[in-house]
Amino acid sequence: MSNSDNYESVVTSASQDIAKFDDHRKGALGHFQHMLHMTPSLVPLIVLVASIIIFGIAIGSNFFSAYALTLILQQVQIVGVLAAAQSLVVLTAGIDLSVGAIAVFTSVLMGQFTFRYGIPAPISILLGVSIGTAIGAISGWLVSRVKLPPFIVTLGMWQIVLAANYLYSANETIRAQDIATNAPSLQFLGNTFKLGGATMTLGVVMMVVIVAALAYYLRATAWGRHVYAVGDDPEAAKLAGVNVHRTLMSVYMLVGLICGLAGWAMIGRYGSISPSATTGMMGNIQSITAVVIGGISLFGGRGSILGAFFGALIVGVFELGLRMAGADAQWTYLLIGILIIGAVSVDQWIRKVAM
Amino acid sequence: MEPILKGRNLVKRYGKVTAIDHSDFDLMKGEILAVIGDNGAGKSSIIKALCGAITPDEGEVWLEGKRVRFASPIDAREAGIETVYQTLAMSPALSITDNMFMGREIRMPGLMGKYLRKLDRPKMEKFARDKLSELGLMTIQNINQPVESLSGGQRQGVAVARAAAFGSKVIILDEPTAALGVKESRKVLELIQDVRSRGVSIILISHNMPHVFEVADRIHVHRLGRKLCVINPKDHSMSDAVAYMTGAKLPEAA
Ligand SMILES: Nc1ncnc2c1ncn2[C@@H]1O[C@H](COP(=O)(O)OP(=O)(O)O)[C@@H](O)[C@H]1O
Ligand SMILES: [Mg+2]
Repeated sequence: MSNSDNYESVVTSASQDIAKFDDHRKGALGHFQHMLHMTPSLVPLIVLVASIIIFGIAIGSNFFSAYALTLILQQVQIVGVLAAAQSLVVLTAGIDLSVGAIAVFTSVLMGQFTFRYGIPAPISILLGVSIGTAIGAISGWLVSRVKLPPFIVTLGMWQIVLAANYLYSANETIRAQDIATNAPSLQFLGNTFKLGGATMTLGVVMMVVIVAALAYYLRATAWGRHVYAVGDDPEAAKLAGVNVHRTLMSVYMLVGLICGLAGWAMIGRYGSISPSATTGMMGNIQSITAVVIGGISLFGGRGSILGAFFGALIVGVFELGLRMAGADAQWTYLLIGILIIGAVSVDQWIRKVAM
Repeated sequence: MEPILKGRNLVKRYGKVTAIDHSDFDLMKGEILAVIGDNGAGKSSIIKALCGAITPDEGEVWLEGKRVRFASPIDAREAGIETVYQTLAMSPALSITDNMFMGREIRMPGLMGKYLRKLDRPKMEKFARDKLSELGLMTIQNINQPVESLSGGQRQGVAVARAAAFGSKVIILDEPTAALGVKESRKVLELIQDVRSRGVSIILISHNMPHVFEVADRIHVHRLGRKLCVINPKDHSMSDAVAYMTGAKLPEAA
């Protein structure tokens, strides 16, 4: 049909400039908002530095001591590892309520395998971590294939794992002294070394290595891009050529594996193995707190694992700072509550940059 | 002549809705086939059945004379079929480059790529930049901008560039110019003809009759979930086409 009005022919005579993106966000606030959008871990980093400065001023030089640093890192090492695992699930727009329970259960398994069945400790550790991974695989399969909501799946898994933990161990604690004499490799991550006056444990090193490795893989590999894409919009990711099922399975299994490592780190941290360790009940909430304060969006697809790490450190700084200042422990919870709500508000505000 | 992409007796039901109702589909090698039809006629559904995005309940899909069963869009892509979905299938928080290479990322050469699986960002960025400037839709410095910060038209441009860059046999475009301005639409039409001259066959779903009549070799009229007829734009007017697709007029039996 050539008889239609050839109204588009004028286009060729129009300006040939290609479409440009005007940066219409004006002013310092707009630039700041944009910067936060591009670097989501910036907010928790600012909060972390600010809180260290404020506590430093309030408490004095004691707070900057190697001793304080040691305490904070010791305190944070388990939650930090769980938060790294939690970040992965949250980035896929999921949530994992079972992280703490898996950590406690795997620590119990490592101990019982060694002491009840006489399995060499390194193999028990391997078995514990493998079972953690397998639990993650079951959750992942239920989420990805059966399409159950992650909240429900892991709420159930939390109860199941915790109950299995008590039933299997008959609620029996393995004493630190027995472990130290018979199976020291279970406590391996509790080994310490000096770093500029502060006492570090291998557990702290493991936490840093896990966070750094995940940060790299999330940012610089195809797998990492797929994790974000699946969290952003799973349907779009599928159409664009992402294997959504494989991505989700890899995430939940990796989370189980990391929780297994956290279980091992718990033995190093506490010396003994106790099925009733508070991590089983509190690990999930603590890790979600770190993740949220760290600026990872619960809607998925946005945020960085470094942010969650900073989030865990912020909680550690608050706990120790307020304790050293002699404040009631309830102040910690009050302030952390404010931080959580503040972090989500900032997340909402940052998202507006896109609109 | 054997069609390059062929659907036979395709059926797809969503509960009580029959989105594809025993429909056939033929795309010839090297042609631009336009698909027109009312909203809800099932145009998007039938092309999704051809490119693996949905699995039809019944019927067969053939590519180059061979029966294919695409379990996912990844399979179809590997067979050389690229699709620009009506929804665009972009991850808003990720960059233009990330989106263009989603599912087919390029790794660094050497050890970093092999063992650490590191992406070759410079290479991916250069490629994305080149493809977008071919379309005349992007300035260079914005290649790492998240897709959500683009306008609707720019997003559509990225989606079209992605399909055009990777499609080797068939490119399917589901309303690719719906959000585009006059100038951008023109670029997309040029690109479609350009890609066809490379020997790629094209399915273009569009409501824009002047565009359809300008570029299409044949027009597939879709109505109530099935192929109503295929017309030659040289023998029919736009008002004929609109009359067929709305049911105002019945095509003469072929
Ligand atoms: N995922 C789905 N679930 C339920 N109904 C659907 C779905 N996809 C399409 N449909 C229905 O199938 C019919 C055809 O839709 P569609 O293929 O999108 O039409 P078109 O692209 O021609 O506008 C519509 O009635 C639509 O509501
Ligand atoms: Mg449609």
